[in-house]
Order: sequence, then C-alpha cells, then structure tokens
Amino acid sequence: MRTILAAGALALALGASGIAFAEPVKVGMITTLSGGGAGLGVDARDGFMLAIKLSGSKDIEVVTEDDAMKPELAVQIADKMIQSDKVDVLTGIIWSNLAMAVVPNAVAQGKFYLSVNAGPSPLAGAKCDKNYFNVAYQNDNFHEAAGNYAQTEGIKKMFILAPNYPAGTDSLNGFKRYYKGELVGEVYTKLGQTDYAAEIAQIRASGADSVFFFLPGGMGIAFMKQYAQSGVGIPVMGPGFSFSQDVLAAIGDAALGAKNTASWSPDLDNPKNKEFVEAFKTEYNRLPSIYAAQAFDTGTLLAAAAAKADVKDADAFRAALAAAEFDSVRGKFKFNTNHHPIQDFYVREVVKNDEGVLTNKIVATSFTDHTDAYAAECKL
Amino acid sequence: MQTALIVEQLLNGLQFGVMLFLMAAGLTLIFGVMGLINLAHGSFYMVGAFACAAVAAATGSFWLGLAASLVAAAAAGALIEVTVIRRLYGRDHLDQVLATFALILILSESVRWLFGDFPLYLNIPPQLGGAVALPGGVQYPVYRLAIIAAGLLVGVALYALIARTRLGMRIRAGESDREMIGALGVDISTLYTIVFALGAALAGLAGAMVGALQSVQVGMGEPVLILAFVVIVIGGIGSIKGAFVGALLVGVTDTLGRILLPQLLAAAIGPAQAAGIGAALASMSIYIVMALILAFRPKGLYSAQG
Repeated sequence: MRTILAAGALALALGASGIAFAEPVKVGMITTLSGGGAGLGVDARDGFMLAIKLSGSKDIEVVTEDDAMKPELAVQIADKMIQSDKVDVLTGIIWSNLAMAVVPNAVAQGKFYLSVNAGPSPLAGAKCDKNYFNVAYQNDNFHEAAGNYAQTEGIKKMFILAPNYPAGTDSLNGFKRYYKGELVGEVYTKLGQTDYAAEIAQIRASGADSVFFFLPGGMGIAFMKQYAQSGVGIPVMGPGFSFSQDVLAAIGDAALGAKNTASWSPDLDNPKNKEFVEAFKTEYNRLPSIYAAQAFDTGTLLAAAAAKADVKDADAFRAALAAAEFDSVRGKFKFNTNHHPIQDFYVREVVKNDEGVLTNKIVATSFTDHTDAYAAECKL
Repeated sequence: MQTALIVEQLLNGLQFGVMLFLMAAGLTLIFGVMGLINLAHGSFYMVGAFACAAVAAATGSFWLGLAASLVAAAAAGALIEVTVIRRLYGRDHLDQVLATFALILILSESVRWLFGDFPLYLNIPPQLGGAVALPGGVQYPVYRLAIIAAGLLVGVALYALIARTRLGMRIRAGESDREMIGALGVDISTLYTIVFALGAALAGLAGAMVGALQSVQVGMGEPVLILAFVVIVIGGIGSIKGAFVGALLVGVTDTLGRILLPQLLAAAIGPAQAAGIGAALASMSIYIVMALILAFRPKGLYSAQG
C-alpha cells in the first residue's frame, strides 16, 4: 500500500513537470519503397526521419511500411496501422490515387493525416477534413506557377504534355489557368509510357516556342533523353517533379538549363534550409529532392506540434498543427483555411554545382503567398 | 511537313517494332521449344539494362556495357533455367505463371538491393549521337537508326541460326516433338538451357539498347513484356517469323495510332476532347488489332504448330 501511494505521489510530482510523461505520438508512415517509384518514397522517408532525429524528440515513434505504389495495399496497411499498431498520425503517401484511397477513411476514424506530397483537388475542396493537413502543396500549384511563368515571360506558342490520368489532367488545367497564349499542341500520353518518339515528332512539327511537360519519375527521364537526341532545339520547362534531384542524375547533361517551378530548392536562402541540406548530405550522402524537403517539413511540424499538445487531446493537437509554428525549409509557411499551404513558388534552373553534380538553382519567383483554386469549396 | 511527320513516325514505329521483336523472339522460342510461359522474361531486359549501365559507368564505354548486358542476361538466364525453370517443364501453365511471377519479384528486389532506389544513368555512345537528315527533309536520331539496323541484323542471324545450323535443326525438332528428339539421343536439357539463355540474352540486348534511350530502373521490363506477349499471340506462338511480323505490326500501329487518332478526332469533335479520347483510343489500338487478327486467324498469323 505504501509503495502504491509513493508511486502515486511520484507520478503526481512528475506529472506536474509536464511533457516528460506525455503520451508518445505514434506515426504510421505508408510510402513507396519498392518498384519503379521507390526513389520518391525513399527520399520522403529519409527526409521525415531526419526531421524527427534533428528535433531531438524522444516521444515520436514511427512505423514504416511499403505500399508498392498500389492503392489496395495502401488501404490494407492503413487499416493494420490504425487497428493493431494504434497509430495517432498517418503520413508518407506520394501518389494522389493512393491518398484518395487512404485519407478519407483514416480521418473519418479520427486519425490525423499529414501529406508529404500528394495533394488531390477533392481533399483541398469539397472533401477537405479538419484532421487532414497537406504540408506539401495542392496538386495544381507547381503547374500554375509554370503557366504563370510562361505567361509573364511572354512565350507566344506552347506545346503541353502530360500523362493521361487524373494528376496529368490537373496538371495541364493548372498550367492553362495562368497561361493565356496560344497552345499549338496539347497531348496526353499513356501513364508509364517509355517511348516518346511520336510525341517528339509532333513537337518538331508544331512550331512551338517552348514545351511544358509533366512527366514524373522514369517517364521524364525517358522523355528528356530522347528529346535531347532528337535534334529538336525548342526549350523545355516543367513542374519541379520533372527535374527533381531524384531524376537529374539519370537524365544527365540533357537537363542543363531547363526551367522548372517548385516551392523549394536546395539553394533557397534561409538558415533552416542550409541546416537541412547539409544534414541530409551528411546523413545519406546525396542531395535532397523536393520530396525529401516536404517530408522534412512534415516531420518538423509534427515534432513541434507534439511538443506543444498531447496527441490524445485531438482539439489541442489540431490547433497546434494548424498554427504551423515551426521553422520551414521553405522560409515562410502558413496553412490556409483548407489546411493547405500558403507559400511562395519559384522558377528554378538546372545547373551543375561546384562538385559537378546536377541540381537546381532559383532564378525567379513566380508566385508570392499563393493558395489554391479549391479553398473556397472547403467548409472548415 | 505532314509527309515528313508521317515518315518520321513510320521510322519510329519500325524502331519500336524491332525492339519488341528482340523481346518477343526469346519469349516465343522458349514457349515454342519448352512449352513454358515465362513471365520473368522482362526481368532479363532489366538485367541487361542495369549491366550495361553499371559497366558503362565503370569503364566509360557503352560498347563494353552492351557486351556485358549480353553476358549478364545470358548468365542469369542459364542460372535460372538450371535452378528453377527446369523443374517447371512438366507442370501446368498455372504453376509456371506463379513461379515465374515470383521470379519477377525476386529479380526486381535483388536489382534494387544491388543498385539502389534511384534510376541509373546510361547514355547513348557519342559515335551515335545527334540527328541525321534523311531524304525528304526528315531529321532522325542516328541512335534509333542504329537500333533498327541492329534489330534487323539479329533477325537475319536468328533466321540463319534456326534454318541453317545443327543447333537450329534441334530447336526446330524440339518444337515439333520433344520426346522424340530426346529418344534420338539429343541432350535435351542442355538444349533447353541454351535456348533459354539465348532468349534471355536477346532480351538483355534489347534492354541495354533501349535503356540508353529511356530510364534504367527497376520494373522497366514489365510494360515491354505485356507488349511482347501481344506480339507473339498476333504472330503465332512459337514462330520467329510471326514474332517479327507481329512486332513490326504492333510497333507501327502503336506509333501511328498515337498521333493520327487524336488528329482525326480533333477534326470531328474539337481539340479539347480529342486529346483525352484520342489518347485513350490510341492505347487501345494494338489490342483492337490483336482482337481482329485473332477473330480471323485464331492461332495467329504464322502458327508454328500448324
């Protein structure tokens, strides 16, 4: 009896000191770690884990599983993480079709979801949720920034190209929302297509002044290599995904000089970003991609919120997330009413750094404090 | 301009077809001789591309890489035939599909484990860089012309091998009657290993040549594998000639369909809808061709089994 009382007294004494006895936050990370899309998921996982490590927080526990880029597998993993691992927060999904399969279910069960990459439009608009926070962007954003750049540069004739799937149509719609010049070609390719000879022949015949293409991962590598060999000299631009760090090495020098738009770049000038890029290079021996940067911000935000509020107190934890009081590698960062970022978008150019490694450098700003086109439809 | 575009597309179709032929030839040989459905054939394509990229990066020579791709894919093929595939000849096709599907997963993850998660860099050799002007005002990449030439050369060599040599005679005999050539004293298991390694080497060669144009990454073989199956079904299973004709047909249909269908539709329903619908129709075009051919020739154009 006396020991129980003593233990109780001790617990009370410690409880008064607060955080030391706060419930640990359990995080389930579902991301793509195998197959052709693995480069993106590995970068996201590494960026997230680095943020947790640098935050020094001992109360965040992460379980990671591979979704192999398959929606049905992602759903199974999410169910398992919620039911048997008892996670409080889910994160990590790269692809929009997987996010649409997992997120609505998870938030309906009262779990938090923090997006490191995918930002499908329904989740920013009519299907937004109080427990869903997108730390990356809304899908259209990068493409809108590219359209805006093409418009302000006064490019007269554009040829635009994207895969024939929802994020591809979103991409070209986002581009067209801000570009008002003439479109001499608008082509949808097969998702996962590897040979672009037919499209390149069309580009050659189109008489365009510039080409905009959204082809993430291996598709972009194939397109750029074939484009460089084709002798078509028309300059290319794209969203940051088409020229992200994960594909630059495989494209090689053919990418040099290409303009692309993103919310982040390794040379973005702020102390947190310098710290991040250095730490990432030391830890993993490569340069971080946009996916790593976004996941790093997600991890930092989560650690900041966990230090302020107990995750079991959902309202307090949600408020701590929404306040977004953390140092972002993107410099400034705020959530809009629909829990999607208000942020700046930059135009980057592919260059070689001092060590001869291909990377991106900011050359202009396309948007300042940009939101998304769907926030008005969100009733939060 | 329009004629130049059509000519360029025809060449693109030819190049794509020739590449498909390299894949389909091995697949159809293996099916014809051993009666085996080999889903892992796309993995040899990947092995070839990775071997080429790794050796080219280490030595700086694409040509050494190309040689390495042949050796690596043939060695992987022979090893897998001796350890796994040999046990599957007597089983039914479902067991073969299951086992070779498992091989895809094992090979993909092994390659990922060896080479990491990010696509590798492999560029075309400088001797074949740039574009060349063809008669009629067409600018065409030299490297794609080289692929066409290499593919045609392999086609001729395969024909000579099968029609003119002792090994070819045994392969043809194996297609006609497996038990009988065994009974006549031909070492059937060595023959099978040779055929399997040959098929794998052709796939590896295709992977290395195309890898220089595309992205060298895990899982690159599977989309090509599906098309290669379409090719051998159109051409007639087991027939090299059928594989050749089928591959060119699929290559040209796919490439021309991708630009002509959206343009034809654009004239009919306006460019905005045509872009999406045309793209969807174009990706169906080869399957429509396959369905039409099977409706009139259920065993394919040149079926080896009569």
